[in-house]
Amino acid sequence: MSAPLVVANLVVAGSGTGVAIVDDVSFELDAGQVLGLVGESGSGKTTLGLALLGYARSGTLIASGRIFIGETEVTSSSTGVRGKLITYIPQSPASALNPVLRLHTQLLECVVAGEENPESIIDQVLREVALPTDRQFLRRYPHQLSGGQQQRIAIAMAFIARPDVIVLDEPTTGLDVTTQRQVLETIRRLVKDHQVSAVYISHDVAVVAELVDKVMVLYSGKVVEYGEATEVFRQPKHPYARRLIAAVPDLAGNRSPVGILGGAPSPFTRPPGCAFHPRCDIAVDECQTRTPELVQLSHGHFVRCPRTGITPPALTSEKAALLTRDDSVALSVRSVSVSYGKHTVLQDIDLDLVGGQCTALLGESGSGKTTLARAIAGLQPRSSGSVIFDGADLAPGVRERKKEQLRKIQYIFQNPYESINPRRTIQETLIASYQFLCGKPKNSQELIAEALDSVSLRRESANRYPDQLSGGERQRVAIARALIVNPEILICDEITSSLDVSVQASIVELLQRLQRERKLTLLFVTHNIALVRHIAQDVAILESGHVVERASIADIFAFPKHPYTQRLIADAPSFDPARGVA
Amino acid sequence: MPVAFRSLRMKIGVGLAGLVVLLAIFGPSVAPHDPQEFVTMPFAPPGHLLRFGGDYLGRDVLSQFLFGGRQILLMSVIAALVGVGLGAILGIFAGFRGGRFDEFIMRSGDVVLAFPQVLLALLFISVTGPNLTVVVFLVAVGHAPRVARVMRGATLSVSERDYVKSAMALGMPTWRIVAQEILPNVSGPLAVEVGLRLTYSIGLISALNFLGLGTQPPTPDWGLMINDNRIALTIQPWPVLLPVIAIALLTIGMNLISDALARASAGLDRQVNA
Repeated sequence: MSAPLVVANLVVAGSGTGVAIVDDVSFELDAGQVLGLVGESGSGKTTLGLALLGYARSGTLIASGRIFIGETEVTSSSTGVRGKLITYIPQSPASALNPVLRLHTQLLECVVAGEENPESIIDQVLREVALPTDRQFLRRYPHQLSGGQQQRIAIAMAFIARPDVIVLDEPTTGLDVTTQRQVLETIRRLVKDHQVSAVYISHDVAVVAELVDKVMVLYSGKVVEYGEATEVFRQPKHPYARRLIAAVPDLAGNRSPVGILGGAPSPFTRPPGCAFHPRCDIAVDECQTRTPELVQLSHGHFVRCPRTGITPPALTSEKAALLTRDDSVALSVRSVSVSYGKHTVLQDIDLDLVGGQCTALLGESGSGKTTLARAIAGLQPRSSGSVIFDGADLAPGVRERKKEQLRKIQYIFQNPYESINPRRTIQETLIASYQFLCGKPKNSQELIAEALDSVSLRRESANRYPDQLSGGERQRVAIARALIVNPEILICDEITSSLDVSVQASIVELLQRLQRERKLTLLFVTHNIALVRHIAQDVAILESGHVVERASIADIFAFPKHPYTQRLIADAPSFDPARGVA
Repeated sequence: MPVAFRSLRMKIGVGLAGLVVLLAIFGPSVAPHDPQEFVTMPFAPPGHLLRFGGDYLGRDVLSQFLFGGRQILLMSVIAALVGVGLGAILGIFAGFRGGRFDEFIMRSGDVVLAFPQVLLALLFISVTGPNLTVVVFLVAVGHAPRVARVMRGATLSVSERDYVKSAMALGMPTWRIVAQEILPNVSGPLAVEVGLRLTYSIGLISALNFLGLGTQPPTPDWGLMINDNRIALTIQPWPVLLPVIAIALLTIGMNLISDALARASAGLDRQVNA
């Protein structure tokens, strides 16, 4: 019998334009094996995942290639394959589950018709994903479950039909580290127990490294490297794979993440030749014209780069020079509480931001970290307590604060796709902010150029609209908007969490440089514990509205005191390419 | 939104509405007769001299028709613009400010919405007597709460965006946030509303004219023409048919335009969303 999943020369293209979104992908997968599909946004990984089910999103079509599950061929019109032989677990369980149907109804829908005892199947699957099986639980609606439970229901729905192949599209994105770990364990166990072939799509290399047997790195719709996970992660051969792995912040703190400049091209603006050449550090002229072939380096290890023999230049990151601590407090938060109606979100928070240092505010979703950041910025009224800055107590709301106070504390939002007005050019956005806080600029051209330079953006970007920029570039614009008024404190609210790892690493490098050059005090709000290690000097850990631990970075990783901190560190996926798979 | 202008829907809409608007604007200069002149027998059938025959007083139907569009179009445009402007201001501020201000605006709007628009117009005109300014004003006021509802909804989703929060974090005054951050981002639904309300205005104002509450004879008007000549619909249908066709074409055209705008702002016609 052939391998459970065989994909040959699969091409997915735009239906009107004929542009290949996924180009010539072939692989085989054995039962019980997990294949990781890794790549930045726009690399075509979700498109490929959906194509395995014979499905193409509107505007795209499966142009050529064949997919076999065992003896059965999957085509766009094949019935009885989806939901039986192959199932799909989508990224966001909250939108994948029907909010008006009870769990039992939804699970029952997934049982293959003709099964004699559907109740016992549901019962067994729920046991396997470690969820309660009593009637009361089954009568619930999706909104009555936590995010992790919802994702487990989605997993249960995928496993009910006992498929041969499962496609998982970033199933743990948006979950807290502890929940993520439990969900990953469930997936790993189910795959082994039922000998299912799984395709795991993710942008998070650290998560993939924990789970998969084989890994396929996609760039611009093409496979650039494919092989055994241990081999690819320990010794990536393709320059992109190498840089991608180097961009992952590692929890052990042995090396700093190094970003890749620029962003992945969209399917319509892919450069000729090797699509990665504009960002590659070992590219030669030939790379611009000739598209390299995927060649086998050693058994089962394929690479699409003719220059794998070249020793690449060592990766250096702008490692923050050790800052001298002067312990002068730039801003202090004293017993601040915030509540929404009767619900208390923050309780008696004390926090000091040391001048010129980066303080990380670490917490899981719902811990109140964004609320605290907003309370400091004056966007969220506090119910008691004080925020002391420059020797004065800041008013709770922005409207009561002085312009000078507003200027000195700048806030950068999480999602760069939402934080910049889409109807104004970058220049207009930057000027509007400056004009309001600092008055009319003497030389606006020079001001804009300076602001763009400081965040390493090209000066031509000034006349562009936000949708002409990539996510990383937009976040740089948002940083420039904050810097243009020459602030003292920068509040960064999860500013890297909606970006790809390679972009995240370069934004972190940028922040470190700015901190050093401008003596900025940073408050870096995040849920990513590995990232904290690389950017911050101090950390405060927030759990359900309370600060449970405050310490310096060195101390918190060496001697975590609070049990919650210990759990966070233990549950975070640790990724260290030197050791290969963690 | 240049995307909107490429769709077939938009082209047909602009063609139909443009035809009627051109007719109303340039009609008087090409009309063969004075619209008040008695040139034939009442309800004379179409002949080789009078292409569409005569009306109930023996005036030329074609000339009446060519003269009768200007005023109704002008009134409709003013009513639509005033109504949408008023509604947009109320809706955007209600949506952005929220709280009691929002409640007050929207509940007051509900009171206006509780009465059918024609009934409301009838009530006021029966007090003031037929007056064109009052008609325009009443139609506009009737539109305002309907527009306000739509604009409030659009504003609610925009004001949750981080770029609005970012402007708030700078401490910008409300009017400035509304003008700079919100208005440009709700221009899609706003354009749709203008088109939609213009159509409604035409229907409503011709209905009021038909009822004799707006334009008074002997001013030539499409609504009046329908009313005056409907008694002889079976023997001389043209004085009724011509204005009906014009109003229908204009309405369909405007609806196609606003539909195209709505689709473009929702991104429905986009080819590939890769």
